[in-house]
Amino acid sequence: MRKFLLFFIIIAVGVIFIFRLFYLQVYTPQTHDLYEDNAIRKVFDYPKRGFVFDRNGELLVSNQPSYDVMFIPREVKPLDTLEFCELLKINKDQFIEIYNKAHRYSPWLPSVFIPHLSKEDYAALQEKMRKFEGFYIQKRSIRYYQTTIGANVLGDIGEVNNAIIEKQPYYKMGDLIGKQGIELSYEQTLRGVKGIKFIQKDRFNRDIGPYKNGIYDTLPKPGEDITITIDATLQAYGELLMQNKHGGIIAIEPGTGEILTMVSTPTYNPNLLVGRQRSANFSKLYNDSISKPLYDRGLQAMYPPGSPFKILNALIGLQEGVVTTEDRFSCNHGYSYGGRKMGCHGHPSPLAMNGGIYNSCNAYFANVYRRIIDKFKDPAIGMDIWSNHVKSFGLGNYLNNDLSVGQPGKIPNSQTYDQLYGKNRWGSTYNLSNAIGQGEVLTTPIQLANMVAAIGNRGYYYTPHIIKKIEGETIDPKYTTPNHTTIDKQYFEPIVQGMFDVYNYGTAAAVQIPGIEICGKTGTAENFTKINGVKTQLTDHSIFVAFAPKDNPKIAIAVFVENGYWGSRFAGRIASLMIEKYIKGYITRTDMEDWILTHSLENEYAKPYSGEPFGINGATTLQVIPLDESLRSKKPDSITKQ
Amino acid sequence: MLRETHRHFKFDWITIILFLLLVGFGWLNILSASHTGETIDYWNFSEPYGKQLMFIFLTLGLIVLILSIDSKFYERFSSVIYIISMLSLMGLFVLGKNVNGATSWYAIGGMTLQPSEFAKAATSLAVAKYVSDMNTDIHKFKDQIQSFILFAVPAILVLLQNDAGSTIVYAAFFFVLYREGLPKIYLILGVALVILSLFSLKFGAIITSIAAAFVLIVNHFFTKKKPPLIQPIAILIACIILSSGIKFFYQNVLQPHQKDRISLWLRLEKDPVKLEIMKKTFAYNLNESEKAISSGGVTGKGFLEGTRTTGKFVPEQHTDYIFSTVGEEWGFLGSAMVVIVFMLLLIRILHLAELQKSQFSRMYGYGVASIFFMHFMINIGMVMGLIPTIGIPLPLFSYGGSGLWGFTILLFIFIKLDSNRINEW
Repeated sequence: MRKFLLFFIIIAVGVIFIFRLFYLQVYTPQTHDLYEDNAIRKVFDYPKRGFVFDRNGELLVSNQPSYDVMFIPREVKPLDTLEFCELLKINKDQFIEIYNKAHRYSPWLPSVFIPHLSKEDYAALQEKMRKFEGFYIQKRSIRYYQTTIGANVLGDIGEVNNAIIEKQPYYKMGDLIGKQGIELSYEQTLRGVKGIKFIQKDRFNRDIGPYKNGIYDTLPKPGEDITITIDATLQAYGELLMQNKHGGIIAIEPGTGEILTMVSTPTYNPNLLVGRQRSANFSKLYNDSISKPLYDRGLQAMYPPGSPFKILNALIGLQEGVVTTEDRFSCNHGYSYGGRKMGCHGHPSPLAMNGGIYNSCNAYFANVYRRIIDKFKDPAIGMDIWSNHVKSFGLGNYLNNDLSVGQPGKIPNSQTYDQLYGKNRWGSTYNLSNAIGQGEVLTTPIQLANMVAAIGNRGYYYTPHIIKKIEGETIDPKYTTPNHTTIDKQYFEPIVQGMFDVYNYGTAAAVQIPGIEICGKTGTAENFTKINGVKTQLTDHSIFVAFAPKDNPKIAIAVFVENGYWGSRFAGRIASLMIEKYIKGYITRTDMEDWILTHSLENEYAKPYSGEPFGINGATTLQVIPLDESLRSKKPDSITKQ
Repeated sequence: MLRETHRHFKFDWITIILFLLLVGFGWLNILSASHTGETIDYWNFSEPYGKQLMFIFLTLGLIVLILSIDSKFYERFSSVIYIISMLSLMGLFVLGKNVNGATSWYAIGGMTLQPSEFAKAATSLAVAKYVSDMNTDIHKFKDQIQSFILFAVPAILVLLQNDAGSTIVYAAFFFVLYREGLPKIYLILGVALVILSLFSLKFGAIITSIAAAFVLIVNHFFTKKKPPLIQPIAILIACIILSSGIKFFYQNVLQPHQKDRISLWLRLEKDPVKLEIMKKTFAYNLNESEKAISSGGVTGKGFLEGTRTTGKFVPEQHTDYIFSTVGEEWGFLGSAMVVIVFMLLLIRILHLAELQKSQFSRMYGYGVASIFFMHFMINIGMVMGLIPTIGIPLPLFSYGGSGLWGFTILLFIFIKLDSNRINEW
């Protein structure tokens, strides 16, 4: 027996090995993957990336050639690194770092050595390229922005990272992909499909010819040009007005849901994120935690909407039949309930609905809101009815559109308060702030703009979107089907009249535009920040929503200026100017324009970072800056003369 | 005259032909795995295939030398050879050159020499000599321990030089001693220890202890001649201690890379992120090697046509991973043939060993077969992903002069000893 132990073990191991070989090679053989087979050279043919035009056909984004120095680490032969580094304007440490990083990624797949050479560097290098074995130049096309506006709208493209390559094998190292804005949301349309040629190599790494006579080769499919709904002139004007202010403007065409303008300030020149300086510039923008230029305030900033929200409560009151336009409520500098008081400013009292709206009376809306919630014995039923009405205006959830970023906002319902206080342990006085757009209500500027568009349309809206036309394709039907609110059409007229009277007699009387019937609503939102862990109140945000003209509106707008104080002070003026610019094409209220151009909020934004105690809401005088004549709109008479 | 010729060629030609087949085929695969240039220059000593060709030619001279020395020499001088060999291993601590983390090489001029490759033959001689000595009785505990020490010394020396793979090879001598009458209990203990270790790592100390208790209880019930109850209880306690000890050994003694290899093999790592990292680092070789073998299919891609081989997808392919080249270029047919040729060689050596008249020759032959077998099993098992990654060469196949010479010396001393048997007739 002792003689045979090793003999048997040898036989057993041999048989196991043969079974394993059978399993690996016959039972589950590796399929031949052309892309991984290093005996086949892959040459990519990059298609033209689609151009971007504004709604009036103005070219916003096109392409420019760019030259990447590529290399395959294991094919690199010893070279004159000094000369090579000088040509590429890098030092030897950088050379080693780039080389090692690529080698770790893969020694036999191409990696980018230096992206986006300038034309001069390319010319100098091109002559000496043959001296550097293993290196070659890949021509790509990168973006060229014909404009300095709309960075947040247009977005940018950048190199794919490993995470993307792993998820989407279409992309290879060094490929470019949309990172933000429409470059991201319309990546598939804009990029096209790259072509590929498979070339057979022999074992000495020489090209022999097309692999299998090119039956697997594909032609590149160029990216589609797209037209976006943005009006470049209006966008530029919006960005001009928002200089030295933080905030956002969203303007929508109510009849179509097309987004006319999407301003977010502070902004930056989109050309900063192109070419060799992209990553340096990007980290600069990314790390700017004070002005946050990459944060789209029009789409992502969630705030309590304040007074503009009151008009929804009026609409819901009418729809639910708990109030008529004639019911009057008195206001004694506020509304007292359960030992507490919601303050209000001085105005005539008592007020019916029209006066309630244009005076923005808190007490009026407190009464309306309580009637809605307390319509049934159980406030939970009233609360859910109210919540559903509000949500039908596109609030409280993502708009589900073609913008690369967004926020859902927040609209409470009975569950929200059940969780806060317990079932049946709360009533309308527990959340009275909702009456005036404070409390648990949060919205983004684009949601507000959409809400006013729905009011301007008297009861429906189209999902706000940015795509106007893709060559050879139809627009997603969800952008051409109206979304109806739960409020009947007849109830809108008195509300629209109330908003119109905001301009006639109310809080926006000072920002009227001659010849245009604007309906609007001012708003202010209290806001807080943390300074060294202490909750500190800052100057109120200035909010304004409007649509114009009163009948068949062409534009609905929401303006939001951080720490701008009261509604008509900054946001109201800007909204009126934007409406005039869009409808008339020129500015008559140049006094208002001058005021906006000469007033800055920079000192207001500096306060929390000053490290010193500060006052808010008018405690300091507004910062005045000298007027730059070149920025002013031309006088209307000089336009009419042309 | 005729008789003279007859005498000189009384070697076992089957073994020699199997040896030449493996060396020749091995070189073709080294050529495939290592050529990079535009043309193949066979005498280009800066390329592994060129160097290996030179090593092979030097090997032929070495064979002539070994076969021309009188066979009595090997037995008589085995202790001297062993001592010199051990000194050469110890010398590494002072003069050794560090390659890939292991201090296993002497650098002489432009050449490097790996004394551990020669120590295997020296140890085989010494163990055979010691056990076959008239005064040694392998059934005695004292003699068992002394023979263990003979191969434990080189095993520990190479372990200290960070070459854990070679240490494991010395376990081969248990086969030799078992053949010569080492009590069965060592075998049972060895197998039990391996099973216990794997179980403890995979399922934890508690489950392993419960399972051991279960096995012992069942065994106790079915044994007719029941031993005193204290015996199974003692075994169980030993199991529990060992089982916890192994966990401790794994956690605290093993080096991180060794731990990782075991954890991958036993599929202990569940975190997909860490698994991904493993796949890209040390498991990369294994992954690529399996892919390369698998891509060979039934008939392979043909000599010098392996795309993964040419592309250097498998690192270290011409050394430890040479079998993946066979798999890719020669397919199932070629690689199964290599496995069969190795099996034939091993069985042939075993067969010859059993035919030996002297215990020394038989033991030495067993040592040769066992050492070849350990390398064969560990290397091919590793390349195909059956056992954890342990870096030792495939005998006669892998690139490297020391390895080739070490195995040649090991084998041809036996062929010489064997020829003596034939010549005595």
